[in-house]
Amino acid sequence: MSLSLLSNPEVLVDQVVNGLTIGGIYALIAMGYTLVYGILFMINFAHGEIFMFGSFTGFFVLSALVQSGFAERFVVLSILTALLGAMAVSSLLGVLLERVAYRPLRKAPRLAPLISAIGASIFLQNVMMLIVKARMQIYPDVFPEDFLELGRFSISYFQIFIILGSIVMMAGLVLFIRKTKTGKAMRAVAEDKDAAALMGVNVDRIIVVTFVVGSCLAAVAGVMVGMYYTQINHMMGFMPGIKAFTAAVLGGIGNVAGCMVGGYVLGISEAFSVFFLPAQYKDVIAFSLLVLILIFRPRGIFGEVVSERA
Amino acid sequence: MVSHRNPGSSALKHAFRTAPSWILPVGLVIGLCVLPPLVGNYWTHVLAYIGIYVMLGIGLNVVVGFAGLLDLGYVAFYAIGAYSYALLASPQFGIHIPFWAMIPVCVFLACLGGVLLGIPVLRMRGDYLAIVTLGFGEIIRIMLNNLDKVTNGPKGLLRIDPPSIGSFEFSTPTHYYYLILAGCLLSAFIADRLNNSRIGRAWIAMREDQDAAALMGIDVLKYKLLAFAIGASFAGAGGIIFAARQGSIFPDDFSLMVSINVLCLIIIGGMGSVTGVILGAVILIGVPEVLRAVALYRMLAFGALLVIMMVFRPTGFIVSSRRKLEFHKES
Repeated sequence: MSLSLLSNPEVLVDQVVNGLTIGGIYALIAMGYTLVYGILFMINFAHGEIFMFGSFTGFFVLSALVQSGFAERFVVLSILTALLGAMAVSSLLGVLLERVAYRPLRKAPRLAPLISAIGASIFLQNVMMLIVKARMQIYPDVFPEDFLELGRFSISYFQIFIILGSIVMMAGLVLFIRKTKTGKAMRAVAEDKDAAALMGVNVDRIIVVTFVVGSCLAAVAGVMVGMYYTQINHMMGFMPGIKAFTAAVLGGIGNVAGCMVGGYVLGISEAFSVFFLPAQYKDVIAFSLLVLILIFRPRGIFGEVVSERA
Repeated sequence: MVSHRNPGSSALKHAFRTAPSWILPVGLVIGLCVLPPLVGNYWTHVLAYIGIYVMLGIGLNVVVGFAGLLDLGYVAFYAIGAYSYALLASPQFGIHIPFWAMIPVCVFLACLGGVLLGIPVLRMRGDYLAIVTLGFGEIIRIMLNNLDKVTNGPKGLLRIDPPSIGSFEFSTPTHYYYLILAGCLLSAFIADRLNNSRIGRAWIAMREDQDAAALMGIDVLKYKLLAFAIGASFAGAGGIIFAARQGSIFPDDFSLMVSINVLCLIIIGGMGSVTGVILGAVILIGVPEVLRAVALYRMLAFGALLVIMMVFRPTGFIVSSRRKLEFHKES
């Protein structure tokens, strides 16, 4: 790869589209981190595993539908079923996780929930490993592989589906938080749990809702990643988890709009890194970006100062 | 003194209580020295493996237990120690520097790595520090994996020279057992001296309340860097012994799981105490080694154990005597 490629408009547009696709996925996962951080001030280290479970649920559902021949006739309906199944399993997992591993530790010293989350993450990885036997799984191919031709440029319909899908999900979340009563309660709890409780907000219930919403978004991202990269395994939660966290910090953790921007910035940086760095170093981008942003702008692009508070 | 609460306590218990404080450690060391011929090669091997983790645990305990800095990239310094020895004492570049001369070099390089990581992250606390250090560990691993010309990539470095004294060459598990035991004892001694020194007290003050410590005139940044540097040095020493013992090393030996294991063993054993580190290493490293038969469920149990431990006993099995006396506000 060389810099001269940068002057080639087709390649440039391709990389922007790739960046937006993967950035949207990062942003979806990052929402889960941001929501939980905003309310509990803890990093849900097991969020990557919720994403992984979502991806596998989608895989099981789609595989079954492909085998029964249903997926051939009703593509959209199959994908919707897979998404809904993944959301159901992931949110159940999120609720369980909160209940078993985090709620008892809400008043414990800061280190305890972090270790508990790492433990939960290792546990979930191994549960999935026992189910699928540590093999790469090939995601069923249901989406038609067509391209949208725009003069000299072409975008696959699948990328359009991911980009639009992630935008719709994010817009839905913003509306949910801004407009609904539950969203208002979430903001109140994030501001001050005790005061919110005094105003009649059921804090425990709001925290559960937060986990459900975050897990649903991660599940959708999981299905999208499965269909996009076509290979999944039980370890797949780790890297996207870290990257999504980076996206959340980039945008200012706790800030939902910042999350999206952070996701896209990270996705596009990664897509463009292939011009400057060998592909194996792609994963280093997120970590370097994370260190740099925490050093020079610890509040992220939009957020408040948090790196000192933690 | 006979306990007033329990007047019936036996003479044995009384003798135990009045025994000089050095009896137990000295007894333990003598016991460990005569162990290898009694337990055979396999167990000596397992014990040596546990020993390396004890060294790592003692080092990370300086960073997390004493200074309160949560470091999830600890494996990076272990890797620096191991790879510096492997590169300079193997056919890779045809350089063969003796093991003993490389010890200070490896420790110094790891220490330097600690400072280099420490400087940019000095301002961070808690979860943020954890995730940035985690990133540092991963960057080092990805580099080891991809700098093919230097580190030989995933194929690893092979035929690393064993340590030797004169014409005597370290070869059996027992030889390495004693080397590692010596390393553990030295580490434990240094950590104990540090804990009871001015530096150790500064770390504890800083861990309890950084702002108050700064107000009392403690140079917080200096002591944080010192904690990173000293902790990393222990890992560097562990790394060189590991490389020498294995004879070959691969990037996969230095995955995030090593950092997590070390962190967990000091938390399960009880933070801030050397006895706790030993107990934690025996539980987390030794028991799974014995449970090879159920290897499939090993990590599953490990994860569950961490959660259960945090929920029911977040302070670990053995709480350091000083920690017990500390005032801890539930925040």
